[in-house]
Amino acid sequence: MTLRRTILKTMLGAGLAAAFAMPAIAQEPIRIGLILPMTGPFTSTGRQISAAVNLYVQQKGATIAGRPVQVILRDDTGVADVTRRIAQELIVNEKVTAIAGFGLTPLALATAPLATQAKMPMVVMAAATSVIVDRSPFIVRTAQVVPQISGPFGTWIAQQGTRRVITIVSDYAPGHDVETSFSQAFREAGGQVENIRVPLQNPDFSPFLQRVADAKPEALLVFVPSGVGAQFMKQFVERGMDKTGIRLIGTGDVTDDDILNGMGDAAMGVVTAHHYSAAHPSAMNKAFVEAFARANNNMRPNFMALGGYDGMHALYEGLKKTGGQGGEALVEAMKGLSWESPRGPISIDPQTRDIIQNVYIRRVERVNGELFNVEFHTIPNVRDPSKPAR
Amino acid sequence: MALLTILIDGVAYGMVLFVLACGLSVTLGLMNFVNLAHGAFAMAGGYVTVVLMQRFGIPFLWTLPAAFLATASAGWLLERSLYRPMYAKSHLDQVMFSIGLVFMSVAAMKYVMGSQQQIIQLPGWLLGRFEVLGVSVGRYRLFVIVVCGALALGLSWIFARTLFGSRLRAAVDDARVARGLGIPVNALFAATFAAGSGLAGLGGALGVELLGLDPTFPLKFMIYFLIVVTVGGTSTISGPFFAAMLLGVADVAGKYLIPQAGSFIIYALMVVLLVLRPDGLFARTKA
Repeated sequence: MTLRRTILKTMLGAGLAAAFAMPAIAQEPIRIGLILPMTGPFTSTGRQISAAVNLYVQQKGATIAGRPVQVILRDDTGVADVTRRIAQELIVNEKVTAIAGFGLTPLALATAPLATQAKMPMVVMAAATSVIVDRSPFIVRTAQVVPQISGPFGTWIAQQGTRRVITIVSDYAPGHDVETSFSQAFREAGGQVENIRVPLQNPDFSPFLQRVADAKPEALLVFVPSGVGAQFMKQFVERGMDKTGIRLIGTGDVTDDDILNGMGDAAMGVVTAHHYSAAHPSAMNKAFVEAFARANNNMRPNFMALGGYDGMHALYEGLKKTGGQGGEALVEAMKGLSWESPRGPISIDPQTRDIIQNVYIRRVERVNGELFNVEFHTIPNVRDPSKPAR
Repeated sequence: MALLTILIDGVAYGMVLFVLACGLSVTLGLMNFVNLAHGAFAMAGGYVTVVLMQRFGIPFLWTLPAAFLATASAGWLLERSLYRPMYAKSHLDQVMFSIGLVFMSVAAMKYVMGSQQQIIQLPGWLLGRFEVLGVSVGRYRLFVIVVCGALALGLSWIFARTLFGSRLRAAVDDARVARGLGIPVNALFAATFAAGSGLAGLGGALGVELLGLDPTFPLKFMIYFLIVVTVGGTSTISGPFFAAMLLGVADVAGKYLIPQAGSFIIYALMVVLLVLRPDGLFARTKA
């Protein structure tokens, strides 16, 4: 009796499930797994990228090739084994067509083998170490590459007639990358560099700044994690070093648009190189910044947001070409894409699957009462200089 | 001359560390309670300053007493409600309890304020530097030295010269006997705990400009507090004071002279000091 009832129930349940599943199969959504640090020390990265991804989907519509697009956002808290586990869940359980996000290099490196095994297109929207794209033929990057920014910057600084530079970088992998690529380019162009490394957890920069003040270089290049940059600049100004003729320069990470306006006058006049500024003078960027602010409680988009926005563009265009198909076809479709982004013209290198973009030299200035990185020089179409062109 | 500048920077840094950590050393000595959550009070003080300045436009100087009062009353409340039942428990329980509080405070602050570094704009008269006999001194660092120096003097006076101080010292030495003599040890401890938390809050407020402030502050600086307390000992005010000075100056000077060694120097110094004086720098020899 009970057994029969159970069987009946099961059959009824299965029938119902099938009835509901049928139309769903006809319109099976294209799922994109977005893995970002939404909590933990790198929340800012996740917040910016997810906001940009949402904006893109909202602007361009959530349908590709007649199928609805569904973005599944998961929080990896910035921890590599969590990223890998989430990627696996998304691939196996959610049957996603592509995975995207990856806030830091270790997170992307941990997930790369999975992308290869599952033939899963993997769009890197933030992590910036050169080696990432080599770790899987399924990786496409829409963020930046560290040597892409700091290499040309080194050359440009030398071309301005600067001969002696001291670099201060935080003692961790991205810091080492900046130090190496900048110093190499700057030396090749005939300059002299001294390198100082600062512990990552460093409460007070005064001893290092005093060393720089003693050495009196023409410029001081700094690379520290984003929030600490403000701290650094304040101490630089507090020591009166801005008045001794030492110019403060850096990569755009230090004058991150997300926090730049809160830094106050200490940041004024700092010259940086980067691939995106919220003040990029194009109609497209103006519209983007406005839409982004409107959708996100007046938040200003930074370079991380662009990685997310352009990553979605690459996926959308690729999926349109393949008619919603993923796998190798999607990676092939994304190779060689080129388009106008709010940051300027960009393209995906068909050989390396890495981004090719303009690098802009900017100066912090006050525009309409707010601090912005104002671009004044463009180095066009820079590819990762650490990889030989084929 | 650069060396003198470095010395002043180091002293200012040490002063902030002292104000941050002295409350911890007294509570540790008094109740034998390991309060790892001390840094959470410092962080709270820092955020009080940040919020008052950014949201309400209150001048920096007025936010300092506000930071003290806010964290002191928070300390008093928490002592009453959460800490008191823990005194009788083992050290392991106390450590687990207070480290749990640290993680909760970090997560809560991240939820409320976001994880970014907080930036404040000091008033103009505290910015910049001036020259004294060829030595260049930062105005804010000098301000910190003056404020914290006055606090240290005041504290040691209270500790050494007042009735409250002598009761406190008696209770630190032997709580049972002190209780037997009619000294209200619990009330004494509640007051000390509140004052210590308030001082941590004040230190956090003063430190926003020098040390930075984000929700991981209690974790980042826990190790510095513990060094100050272990090296300085818990029975005096001067112990943690000199320990904090030594730590500040050694850290700053070490990083200046041997930047390659980075933050290694203070840890090496701590190991050496603890090998030579395991009970702390100024521990009285045990009878």
